[in-house]
Amino acid sequence: MQARNYVAPSSIDEAVAALQAGNGANRAFAGGTDVIIQVRENRRAVDTLVDIKSIPELIGITHKPDGGLRLGAATPCAQIYRDPQVKARFPALVDSASLIGGVQIQSRASLGGNLCNSSPAADSIPTLIALGAIAEIAGPSGRRNVAVEDFCTGPGQNVLQPGELLVALEFPSPAANSGAAFERFIPRNEMDIAVVNAAANITLSADGSTFQAARIAIGAVAPTPLYVAAAGQALAGKPVNDDSIAAAAEAARAAATPITDMRGSAAQRKHLVGVLVTSVLRTAIDRARG
Amino acid sequence: MVTKDRSSFKVIGTRPLRPDGIDKVTGRAQYGADIRLSGTLSGHILRSPHAHAVIKSIDTSKAEKLPGVKAVVTGADLVLPGKTLDELPDLSANVLAGRKALYRGHAIAAVAAINEQVAREATRLIEVDYEVLPVVLDVRESMQPGAPILHQAMRTRTPSGPGDAPSNVVAHTQVINGDIEAGWKDAVEIAEGDFSTSMVHQGYIEPHAATATWNSDGQVTIWSCTQGAFPARERTSTILGHPISKIKVIPTEIGGGFGGKIGVYLEPVTALLARKTGKPVKIQMDRDEVFEGTGPTPGTSIRAKLGATKDGKFVAFQADLAYENGAYGGSAANYATMCITAPYDIPNFHLDAFDVVVNKPRTQDYRAPSSPAAAFAMEQLIDELSEKLNIDPLKLRLMNAAHEGTRGPTGMPYKRIGHEEILEAAIDSPHYKSPLEGPNRGRGVASGFWFNVALRSSVNVSVQPDGTVNLIGGNTDLSGTRASLAMQLAETIGVAYEDVKPTVVDTDSVGYNDVTAGSRVTFATGIAVHEAGNKLIKEMTGRLAETWQVPVEDIEFEDGTFKTKDGAKSGTFKEIAQAVVGRGPGLTASGSVNAGFLQGGAFAHHIVDVEVNPDTGKVNILRYTAIQDVGTAVHPSYVEGQLQGGAVQGIGWALNEEYYYDEEGRMVNSSFLDYRIPTTLDVPMIDTILIEVPDPLHPFGVRGVGEPPIVPPLAAIANAVARATGVRQYQLPMSPRRILETTKDVV
Amino acid sequence: MTQKVVSTTINGEPVQFLSEPGGSLLTALRDELGLTGSKEGCNNGNCGACNVVLNGELVNSCCVLAMEVEGADLLTIEGVAQGDQLHPLQNSFLENAALQCGICTPGFIVAAKVLLENEPDADEARIRHWLAGNLCRCTGYDKIVRAVLDAAEQMRQPAAT
Repeated sequence: MQARNYVAPSSIDEAVAALQAGNGANRAFAGGTDVIIQVRENRRAVDTLVDIKSIPELIGITHKPDGGLRLGAATPCAQIYRDPQVKARFPALVDSASLIGGVQIQSRASLGGNLCNSSPAADSIPTLIALGAIAEIAGPSGRRNVAVEDFCTGPGQNVLQPGELLVALEFPSPAANSGAAFERFIPRNEMDIAVVNAAANITLSADGSTFQAARIAIGAVAPTPLYVAAAGQALAGKPVNDDSIAAAAEAARAAATPITDMRGSAAQRKHLVGVLVTSVLRTAIDRARG
Repeated sequence: MVTKDRSSFKVIGTRPLRPDGIDKVTGRAQYGADIRLSGTLSGHILRSPHAHAVIKSIDTSKAEKLPGVKAVVTGADLVLPGKTLDELPDLSANVLAGRKALYRGHAIAAVAAINEQVAREATRLIEVDYEVLPVVLDVRESMQPGAPILHQAMRTRTPSGPGDAPSNVVAHTQVINGDIEAGWKDAVEIAEGDFSTSMVHQGYIEPHAATATWNSDGQVTIWSCTQGAFPARERTSTILGHPISKIKVIPTEIGGGFGGKIGVYLEPVTALLARKTGKPVKIQMDRDEVFEGTGPTPGTSIRAKLGATKDGKFVAFQADLAYENGAYGGSAANYATMCITAPYDIPNFHLDAFDVVVNKPRTQDYRAPSSPAAAFAMEQLIDELSEKLNIDPLKLRLMNAAHEGTRGPTGMPYKRIGHEEILEAAIDSPHYKSPLEGPNRGRGVASGFWFNVALRSSVNVSVQPDGTVNLIGGNTDLSGTRASLAMQLAETIGVAYEDVKPTVVDTDSVGYNDVTAGSRVTFATGIAVHEAGNKLIKEMTGRLAETWQVPVEDIEFEDGTFKTKDGAKSGTFKEIAQAVVGRGPGLTASGSVNAGFLQGGAFAHHIVDVEVNPDTGKVNILRYTAIQDVGTAVHPSYVEGQLQGGAVQGIGWALNEEYYYDEEGRMVNSSFLDYRIPTTLDVPMIDTILIEVPDPLHPFGVRGVGEPPIVPPLAAIANAVARATGVRQYQLPMSPRRILETTKDVV
Repeated sequence: MTQKVVSTTINGEPVQFLSEPGGSLLTALRDELGLTGSKEGCNNGNCGACNVVLNGELVNSCCVLAMEVEGADLLTIEGVAQGDQLHPLQNSFLENAALQCGICTPGFIVAAKVLLENEPDADEARIRHWLAGNLCRCTGYDKIVRAVLDAAEQMRQPAAT
């Protein structure tokens, strides 16, 4: 099927009105790399496609005076991973943004779109969760914020209500002595859906010997990307060593409830959670230590 | 039959630009979907959502009423006069199902409408009443008593006559050589295994597309990206019961085939819709239709056992080979019996081969059909013996290699072949000589064989007023055959490559040509080209004798020059042609050959280094060398390309490609996202070593080169993984999941 | 579903065409404008055969709505050669025998062109990474990668004056 209408509003209010008009049958898109295909392949019925790329607030990267980061929801991945300050201060975002599809996809696909598509295997959501990102949503009754770990509610489902639109992602300033990383496992070396993915964001003591805090998230092992608070708690206050890392990996494994499908078996996914969490923690530690 | 001293080749062995190249790098070349006729309707096909079901009824009335719909057709439209739907032959029923849908994706009905959107919408309005039946997907399960029967009328063909009950086993073929029991008595070391491979697809990038017109006088024209315009014409004629002389098939450029575009799918359907509507109708498949509704290559189960003396001489081999032929009968396993022992001189063997139907798409050829899975078994057994006997795997192969006089694939002795030469080249190769170091790494080697078909080809040549030559052929150019044929004509008549202009034409415009497949075109059409070139020379000599007023016998043709024996008069082909064409009747010739079933056979040997990630089970290809007896490398760059492309297809087959089914028989990975063919990042550069052992059946020593390179990779990579991990892999694909399951017990 | 007029620039020429609201850029290029050099291999963003350049960025035209290119600047394979002068990448693909069936070739050339214009010193690893979204089933990629490396070298040479 094809969508019946196309509109390209130039303001958030117009976009909200356009989305509201469809009673749930209208859908926003940015890069379109998921939505256009889903509509074409009858996996999603859409009446009006609302192209949000003409709304100035939705595209752009703002480095805030407090060290925080604001990403317009429709900002293409390529723009994000080319940004020198993002590269320097949010390397985990670069890890994710440079893995979504090939370069032809990255020139269009956005992290906001990746979040709103709400795939359990989405390659940016664990990173957004680990980094403590907040989703800023505009709707008929104004704006509201939702922590990304609370955004997805099921495969392809999320907290957005009819008429609502993801406007931006807000990231707190990275703490001193912190580091974050994202990895996924795929059978090929590019162009694949994650069998499992994982992100970690850790803060070390000033001497780099102890974990002060950690946020760990995993994907493709549950109906939504998972924030595994227990894995982070397993690290807090613990020395930076193999045992601590193994305990966090084990906590993540315990949280995973994967299924077997064409992309991997449940057992393989459980196993890979341990492998990937260990690996992202090591990269995050290296980055934290600079 | 090698008529020419190879060192004197002037054109063969050079690397000129291909004549169709500019059109293909500028986007001008016309492929199947690029045909645009005025007033064309768009077609779309309704496919079965069930893998096995009785089609109780089809109600097309709602679809027909949708504005913009011009015609709907079903299997009933393929029933020929005097027949019933129950008698619909397999060939027709695979194009539009008869009483049963036999696989998910089986074409049920087709619509022609004013545009694609309407056609798609209309297929959704067709109401089909299915009685869903139990499904059988596994080849061994399908052979068991009590398995769901696909065809009630099918009786197994066996060496002792047809079976007496319905069966999914199409045929049981036996091939016996020597005395197997005596062989086992001589065997000191034995390796055996139970191997299986998954159904895989050729994965050409261009989806099938066809456009047809049907004029009121019954003249049918079909544009198709087929591998064989002539067979497509024949099959369309048979299916539609329409005279072959009234059907013209125009082959477009073709975006890959590898065997998968031999069969007909859209040609008869577009023609039927064109007849019903009186307008041109075009259908282009979606990618998921290509996976689910065309002809992948069989999954297999092979139980095999190889015995050798303590010195390493192979003395006994036994195999039970079962091949999925998909929904209808075929002879995939039979082909495997021609390949599995062919690289070696084995005095005693016993092969039982079973062609079996399952609820999957009707299979088609895929590059050296049946041989890769056979080699996956055989070459791993050899590797195991090499470890048991502590003999270098290449030397073990060399001491057992088939050579001139060894029993060949049909039982006849080989003429000159090059398996020994490529093994020697492998031993001497920089790759094999360099050590492989590091943990989790392994090197694997494997040989592969393909018999190479020959079959029928026809060409016409005509000399232009400026002395250049047009070469008219009927084989679609999949990978540079315009160039390789033009080069052979240039070599034959002694002109520059640039002075030959090759063109591929339709079925009305040249004599019969079999498919572009089986690595036959450069060989068999090359023979036709050589014949046509020699006829031209003869004709020109005759005319020249009149012009020069000398006896014909006094004129010699050598190195592109006609001259009298006394040397008094001479002229190059081009000079003489200009003189002769200007004065007399047009100068044309044709070459038309039936080059028999088989060429001399071709062998490949591959060396691969892998690294296996112990944590994830992922196999990384570090280094790859493909060595092959290519007979004569007419255009070495395109020969290398065949070796490289075949190797990478084999890498995909070995590591990640598979038809992944759910329990109801639905393929769930029918996209390029989840059917994982290799990307640029998954493979290294593929080194090639071309060994030229001329095939004595061809005037220039040509051997087909396209098929053999897909044969060794499956086993070579399995052998490398076994050496890297210590665990032998019996099942494909060797995906990360399977490697973890077998090496880490992650189940 | 009413068709709308889209005004855009393709290969340097202003162009107007009609499109359905949900129609893809690939369909518009091929069916409305007759620019059939962009190929459909998968129609869901996984093969790269339909690659075009949209406002300087490489995209899969099957994943772009035709409506989105209003006012945009597009380059397709048909605009890569300048008149009868082939682009160095086109020459290099021919000289390196980097195509067999040729169906993926337009996509590869368009993709590689964007890379080399932005990164003239791209090495093999970078080229392989950049081209991972373009599938080729014939060549095994070896000669394609070599062709891009060769073209890069030619493009780095100062133009002869």
